[in-house]
Formats: sequence, C-alpha cells, structure tokens
Amino acid sequence: MGYDPENPMQGRITDIGPPHYEQYFPPVIKENYGKWKYHEITQPGVLKHVSETGAECYTARIACARLISIELIRDYCKVADDHCEGFLRWTTRNNVEFMVDSEAKLQPLLDDLAKHGMMPVGGTGAGLTNVVHTQGWVHCHTPATDASGVVKAVMDELFDYFTSMTLPAQVRIALACCLNMCGAVHCSDIAILGVHRKPPLIDNDVISAVCELPLAVASCPLGAIKPAKGINTKGEEVKSVTVKEERCMFCGNCYTMCPAMPLADPEGDGIAILVGGKISNRISGPKFSKMVIPFLPNTPPRWPETVDAVKNILEVYAKDANKYERLGDWAERIGWEKFFEKCNIPFSDKCIDDYRLAYDTWRTTTQFKYTSHIK
Amino acid sequence: MPKHDTPLLDQLESGPWPSFVTDLKRQAETKDECWDILGQLELSYKDKVTHWKHGGIVGVFGYGGGIIGRYSDVPDKFPGVAHFHTVRLNQPSSKFYSTDILLRICEMWERRGSGMTNFHGSTGDMVLLGTSTPQLEEIFWEATHDLKMDLGGSGGNLRTPSCCIGKARCEWSCYDTQAACYDITMTYQDELHRPAFPYKFKTKFSGCPNDCVAAGVRSDFSVIGNWRDDIRIDQAEVQEYIKGNSPPNAGAHAGRDWGAFDIQKEVIDLCPTNCMTMAGNDLKIDNSECTRCMHCINVMPKALRPGTDTGACILIGAKAPILDGAQMSTMIFPFVKMVPGEGDPPEGGFEDYKELLEKTWDWWMEEGKNRERIGESIQRIGLPTFLQIMEVEPIPQHVQEPRSNPYVFWKSEEVPGGFERDVKAYRARHAM
Repeated sequence: MGYDPENPMQGRITDIGPPHYEQYFPPVIKENYGKWKYHEITQPGVLKHVSETGAECYTARIACARLISIELIRDYCKVADDHCEGFLRWTTRNNVEFMVDSEAKLQPLLDDLAKHGMMPVGGTGAGLTNVVHTQGWVHCHTPATDASGVVKAVMDELFDYFTSMTLPAQVRIALACCLNMCGAVHCSDIAILGVHRKPPLIDNDVISAVCELPLAVASCPLGAIKPAKGINTKGEEVKSVTVKEERCMFCGNCYTMCPAMPLADPEGDGIAILVGGKISNRISGPKFSKMVIPFLPNTPPRWPETVDAVKNILEVYAKDANKYERLGDWAERIGWEKFFEKCNIPFSDKCIDDYRLAYDTWRTTTQFKYTSHIK
Repeated sequence: MPKHDTPLLDQLESGPWPSFVTDLKRQAETKDECWDILGQLELSYKDKVTHWKHGGIVGVFGYGGGIIGRYSDVPDKFPGVAHFHTVRLNQPSSKFYSTDILLRICEMWERRGSGMTNFHGSTGDMVLLGTSTPQLEEIFWEATHDLKMDLGGSGGNLRTPSCCIGKARCEWSCYDTQAACYDITMTYQDELHRPAFPYKFKTKFSGCPNDCVAAGVRSDFSVIGNWRDDIRIDQAEVQEYIKGNSPPNAGAHAGRDWGAFDIQKEVIDLCPTNCMTMAGNDLKIDNSECTRCMHCINVMPKALRPGTDTGACILIGAKAPILDGAQMSTMIFPFVKMVPGEGDPPEGGFEDYKELLEKTWDWWMEEGKNRERIGESIQRIGLPTFLQIMEVEPIPQHVQEPRSNPYVFWKSEEVPGGFERDVKAYRARHAM
C-alpha cells in the first residue's frame, strides 16, 4: 500500500519529527556519550578523541561540495560500510566525517579516501575548513552570483590551506549569493557576498496580477517604493509602483515580495568581500564581517578577481597575524587603516556605513561576570 | 551522452577540490534531468543571471512548509527542470547517519527526484533538490511511512532546529545538545509544520561558548552551553604542556614552527580578563573574574575543562541582514539549567527553556509585524521594554555599556505627581 490520490488522508502519518539520533551512532560514540575527556588533531583532517574509559575515536574529515549526487552519497556509504561499521556524519560546514575506534583502522580508511579522488582529507585546526554556502544559479531565484562555482574556484586555489594547519588560527570562509544571506556570511573571517547594483525593473504587464502592491510598497526598508499608475505594453493604465532610484540600496526585498520587480543584471550583479567576522566567544566576542571590497564582477566560470582577492587577504593575514589571532582580531589590533594598506586594497566611501546604527551597546556575547545581579 | 554543450562548466572539472560538475555529469548518466540542470546552469554562466522563476506555492496536505516551489524560466530548452521543487527533510541531531538510512533515502530520491541533494541546507535540513508536483505527496508518504522521516520547516514558522556534536564526541558540551534539539523539535511539531509566526524563527543549540553551530549569530533563540563554577584544572597535565609533551591547542598549529610553547605568552597573556597567573608550578585561575571565553581550555584541553555546574546561556534575536541589518543575539538569560526528559518521545525535559521560548512566542505572535524577525521586533520596542515583557530584571550583563544618550522614556507613574499638570496654574506664576 502506498499513497492513494483518491483518498489522500487515508493512512496519513504527520508530525513524527526526525528519527532519534542515537540509532545512527557508531558503537564507540554510543558507548562513550558524555564521557569524552580530551582530543588531539593527530594530522590535518584527523581528530583523536579519548574517553574517560580509555576508548579512542579517530575521525577522518573530508570536504564535500554540499551540492552532491546520490551516487556520491553511495560512495560515502561504501567507505562507511568498509571501515566504520556503517555510520558517518556531516559537520555544520558541509564536511563528512568517518569514525573508527582504533588507530589501526585509520590508515586503511585514509588510503581508501585518497583513492576516491573526490574525498580530500583536511579542514581541521589552524587551517581553512570547508565553505558554508548557498544555492546560487543552480537552484535559486534571487541570486546575484553563483555559489558552487565560486566556491570550487576559490577552494581549488586555496586547497593547500585545507590540507594543512599553517595559519595563525582557523579561517572560515562563507558565501551567500544575495543579501538574504541564507549562508549567514555576516560573521565569517572572509565572506563572499553576491550583490546587486541596479534598482528593480517594474513589469507593468504583470505587476497588478502577481503582486500585492501594498506589500511591495511596505517591503522597502527605505521607503523608496510608492504606489503609482503605470502603463503596460498595450498602452493601458494599470495600478503599479515607482522606485525612487537614489534611495535604493539594492537589498532585493521588493523582489522577494513582488516577482514583477526583478533586480538581477549581468553588469549590475557581482561580489562584495567582507572580512573579520567570527562566531566563537574565544578571546573576543562574536564579530560581524566588515565590507572591504564593495564590488567585483561576475566572471564565470572561475571568478579570477574574487579568487585573487580572497587569496591575497588570507595570505597577508597568514604572514602578519600572531598565533591564535583570528582575522578580525588581527585587523582590529593593527587597525583597519593598516589592514587596507597591508592588503593593498583601495579604501572607498562604499566601505563607510551610511545605513542604520545597530544596537551596538547591547551585549551580544556569553562573556559576562556572575555578580549579585544574576539570581 | 551529454544533451547540452557546457564549455564553461567543463572548466570546473579540473582542480583538487571536489567538482560538483563532475558529480552532476556522473548522476546524469542515470538521471536524465541532471543534463538539464547542467544546461540551464551553463546558460546562467553565459548570461550571468539566474534562470529560476520566483517561487510558487506547493506543498503537502496539512503542512504549510517543508517544500519550496521552483520553476525554470526557460522550460522549453530544459524540460527536465521545468518543475524542480525542493524537499526539506528534517535531519537527525548532529547529522549522524547509518548507511542503511542514507541508502534508502538515495533509493527513494532516485525514483522520485533528480538524484541531486544538498547535504545540508543552511539551517540543517537534508535538502532534496528537484522534483515535480505530482511526486510531492508520494515522497511525503514514503518519508513518513518507510523512512520514518518528516519534513523540515520553511516560511513563517519554527525552522528546523539544529545542534553541535555535543556530548556525542566533544568533551566541552555543557548540556546535552542533541537531546535538546530532538526534544524541542518533537515538542513543537505543529509550530514547525504550520506557519503561524510573523516570520521565520530559528533556534540552535551549541554546547559551549566556542559555538560550533553558530547559535549566537544565526538563530533567533540561541542556546549556548556555559557553566557557573570553576574551570577544572589538572596541574600535572599543565606541566606536560609546559614541558612540550602535549601539543598546544590539541595540535591545531602543528603545521608551522611557532617555537616552543610558552604558557605565559600563549595562555595567560591572551586571557581577556587577565584572571590567570602562575604560582610556582601551579596555574591559578581567579574564576570570579573569568568570562568563560574558552581560550585557555582550547589551548590545553588535557589540563583544563569546563566546570561541572553546567547549563546554558540564552540569547535572543540574531538574523541575517534583511531588513534592518544583520544582528547578533542579545544575552537575555545568563544561566538556564538544561535538564533532559525521559523516554521517546521525551517527556518533562528542558522545562526552563520551553517556558522562556513559549513566553517569547506569545509576545512576538501578538506584537511582531508581518515579516519582522524577533530581533527586529525587540529593536523596535527597545530592550528595556522587552525585558519588562519577559519579566526579566535588568542587569548590567544585558549591555556592553550603559546608554550614552539622556533620552529615558520615563513613565507617568515613575515621576512624583505624574504627568497631569495645569497650564493655567503654570501661567499664573510665569507670564508669557
């Protein structure tokens, strides 16, 4: 019995939620849950966790392109069946992890990963780990750039930093293909962000049919959109909107609300680079990434301007920063004026914030002291 | 045989990083629509714009999310991707899988979809990329009946919660992040599947202030493990680091010669509160000054460990830039015990968390504007008002620093005599 379109509600199951995680634990994880004592990175891409019980878990971490086929997942499963008792996991940064319970089982696992060709081991410690990214032109309707192609081009060039641990601290690169930032690049060491630079078109042939005009007007955070009469291609007057172009900051929120207001454009769209963000509370609190390059063109298939810009920033940082110093901490220590100078990046008025002041006096970190105020 | 020439994409097949183009071509051998993915993407590489249309409402009966409609704007050229919807499947906590379940998902997706996926989407779901409308109910049926899986969130609802690896393979997790993620996901299935919120709402669970799942900057309701007693010290292991027998930072810096480990320079001097000293051979920590940034613990994991009176700090309001600019979560509840429940589905767990979450929702569902994230709602009304609503006593920990402007919103009842005054009486004393 399966789904019956004639009786769609018959036998229907809903709201069962995800499967319980424990059934997918390798035995060494299940047996030592909550008992882990310490860990070491024994070589780039390999973690060793030691339990209070003396048990050991060796993890080999590999890069995954995130956009992957079921054929590749089946290859991962073959490795996990051959070496890891049929279990594997993904990290939050799109890496795949294979776990074994003894050092003796590690090398055969690494040998098999090396044979495959699409399973590079790395992404640990003071190196470059995998890129968090979005869909881009592969499967999204609002992108200002591609995602998978840019990531491939950047990581091909920076590959040696993925398989080694030679940087002052970990470096997190993320890519979001528009300002919606599904990839949440706003707190990354190096953020690659798709941006628009032309105001929305207004398609008067369809706007009154496909858009709730008040919602389109309300969608603009700067009040640049006003109700107005428009003329369609038949010469008829229709209810529409106008955009005060000098007020547009190209966020694209109007297009999200109204399909008759597209922004995408081959010359208008491209990439901005933001740097110095971080998520962890280590030493300093979390930081936003700051815009240092407002625009680079879309140049598929390999985006050389973007690749060069990212590589340059990474390598200047690698040479100049202190041990344990994240990119943003380094930039703040030397000062942003020195950052621009050392990286040889021209500063422009585009890097000076003229949007809203955020709530910069509120605490956004877990760093605080337990005083008598906390009861 | 390739259906379309892809000279631009072909250039992404070389190089050491895994190539999604090579992967797509391999999948296209058995799933013909993958040629059309490649063909349409090649056209985007040529045109430098996307060829996917704006949205489209599709879904399964009874759910308001979990499936995202997607249509090609060049369907005649690429009929295989004319309708190419996304299915979000709720991932298991921390993304552990058995090969058995993965292979069954692959088998289903080979029959009912394109064979392409995202492992994983940005919020954490397994993302099955590309199917047609008639397949949706069939997929939902097989997911719930055969795979024992459910859809994830989309739209103005509770988005699929996610968590760090936690106690499964980390020594620092201050509470059971996986149990919390599972419990909260199971408890709020209705909020996850049926959009009733002003906008999306994310909650993420990290086990310690390293925040590996980016709870503090990527979720509206951020739960970050913490402790309130003393860092545990093993002095003998401290000596092993000083002598150079244990690698600093668990070996994270092994690829470069940074010289001999220097505890003064690398730990004590980098402590943001200067709360550490060496007293002879012993490392001393003034825990009342510690802000638990984890640096010393990260550098010497064999010697230092978080305390044992553990729980979580809850911060509220993080989001990406649209519309008011990116926000990080603001620290609201400094310490909450995170006690797991019993059984499956779990009962009686994480009660403090749930009480605070529901109180937050109650207010936001009433007061939040359409498409306003809770962080924006809080900004709009102000942190003092939000604290009043949440019945939280304001404490210095809520701010980085006190306000620097004098514009206090005094209320009538806070000022002797209130705001009611007589202008005639005033004028009798003060001529115009």
